[in-house]
Amino acid sequence: MQESILVLTHVDDTGSSLTTASLEAVTAGQELAARLSAPLAIGIIAEDPGAAARTLAGTNARVVGVLGKAFAQSRYGSDAAACEAICKATRASVILAPQSSRFARVAAGVAHRISGSIDTHITSIRNNDHGIEASRWFYRQRIEAVLTRAARPWILLIEAGTYPALVCDDADVAVERVAVELPAIRTDVTGTRAPAQDAQTIRPDAKMLFVAGAGWTKKQPDGHAHPAEAGDLILAFLRKAGASLGSSKSLVDQGGEGQPVLPFLTHMNQVGQTGSTPRHPKGLATCCHGEEPHVVGWRFIGDRRAISLDPNCGWARGKADVVYVADAFKVMAKVNELLGSKA
Amino acid sequence: MSLHIVVCAGMVPDPLQTLEPVTGVNGPVLKNEMMLPAVLDPWAASALYEAANLVAKDPGSKLWLVSLGPKAKLQQVMMTIAQRVSFELIAVDSASGGFADAHATAAALADAIAAIDGLDRTKLLLFGGWESASRGAGVTLQTVGERLGITDQFMGVDQIDVRGDGSFEVLERVEGGKHQVSLCAGAPAVLGWATGGLPEPRNNPQIGMANMRTVMPALQKAKPVALADSGLQYLHAGLPTQRRQTRIVKDMTPDAIAEELVEWIGAE
Repeated sequence: MQESILVLTHVDDTGSSLTTASLEAVTAGQELAARLSAPLAIGIIAEDPGAAARTLAGTNARVVGVLGKAFAQSRYGSDAAACEAICKATRASVILAPQSSRFARVAAGVAHRISGSIDTHITSIRNNDHGIEASRWFYRQRIEAVLTRAARPWILLIEAGTYPALVCDDADVAVERVAVELPAIRTDVTGTRAPAQDAQTIRPDAKMLFVAGAGWTKKQPDGHAHPAEAGDLILAFLRKAGASLGSSKSLVDQGGEGQPVLPFLTHMNQVGQTGSTPRHPKGLATCCHGEEPHVVGWRFIGDRRAISLDPNCGWARGKADVVYVADAFKVMAKVNELLGSKA
Repeated sequence: MSLHIVVCAGMVPDPLQTLEPVTGVNGPVLKNEMMLPAVLDPWAASALYEAANLVAKDPGSKLWLVSLGPKAKLQQVMMTIAQRVSFELIAVDSASGGFADAHATAAALADAIAAIDGLDRTKLLLFGGWESASRGAGVTLQTVGERLGITDQFMGVDQIDVRGDGSFEVLERVEGGKHQVSLCAGAPAVLGWATGGLPEPRNNPQIGMANMRTVMPALQKAKPVALADSGLQYLHAGLPTQRRQTRIVKDMTPDAIAEELVEWIGAE
């Protein structure tokens, strides 16, 4: 069967540039189209796709887009209609898109509308005798599987960070406009809101993930807990190292159980079974103990180090590259001092 | 304004259980799956608690819990969940699990919801987890919504504020640790919940007794449903084999560890 590939993309907050995740999906689409000798189309969801399309100048792909104020907002009603229209206009058999919050919201609905199938959180795409194969994780990153489908159209949402972002020369690109029949719009996006906390601690683009475990708020050798000091040390490190903050569920939950808490932590920081599984090149875990859910949160961290008082920690052995058996309060205070002197 | 809230919630193995995939008749399954203790899917449980909180504010509102799974598993999980919040159970007796196809599951759930007696779809808020802890695809709830013709959907929801006129403000998780704030005209809508803001309710035997009057009959009359074959084929399923050679450092001072860490942090 002759495949045809469509990559759905959307713009970032500026409205004039494609998101990094979108450019990564374009790379995935280019590679797949080249291997299959299949035609490639790229669809853009934006109020005005013209500026964003300039970053696609070297792809030699057919570029289509929707146009209108309704598409400036990330909203189910308008986005689903736009994606549906582009899919139908290009008649693609395989549709790739980034696993962004915007497309994760609508992609399943779009698959239903075009009588297609969808698989999400895809980490790699190959093709061989079985046709196209996609890899993804199940049971919160505990089991990895490779799957395929004969039915088309097939939508695949690509995990961020699994393909390099496309880099092209900046030049004018002709964008074919696709007409969209919008439903009655009943939702208005009024803005974004950061969680109430002293500092923005979640940084998806950071080179390092710093994971704070429940040990930070436990009694220290002097018989007392020092949550305020722990909070200061953690925030200072995040600021100086430009790191993103993750946390174990037990530490986040302590707030609801009347125990000392780190005030800047929210459920959004949680990694693991009921949290996120972030992707960062490096990870430093502190005061964590060995639970399988915790391992899950670290699945996609490249270089992993940990500071723990327990040399036999089940999480650390075989999962981290280096485990320092030491008091994290003392180590992190010195780390902050050294990072401060380097700055 | 009263609401009719339907919560779709599946069951997953207790997160602390060791999971191992084996080859089954129709593809991969978990080893000893029926023996593994199950819990209500964590994010769907958040949706249930948030729904119960909303319903409690308006005596005219109503809450249904729609759950698909083997009857024995449903009964086990309901023994716990039924003690926490009041609901009417709609049970669908079917094989479930992370390797089942989301499209077929959604079709079965949509059919079950469409058949609920007394459900006013103009008042419908369809709740569930934004992803499950089994398949983790974020596909089922959205597809159920589409099948029911609902075109206002929100995913990764952490908060909803319903206003007197039925409109509501909703906070969805977006990239960068932020929430997108939207104002929706009102039901019908789909809300796929993340963690939400409510703690897990304590067990209340009185609620449990009241729920059991409807839960047990619902389980008894649950119709067996065979999920349609949608052509999904698994070529491989296995545990990750990556294991690292961990260097355990026991004899360095905090200052020396800090120096090594700072050098590591700065390295490309």
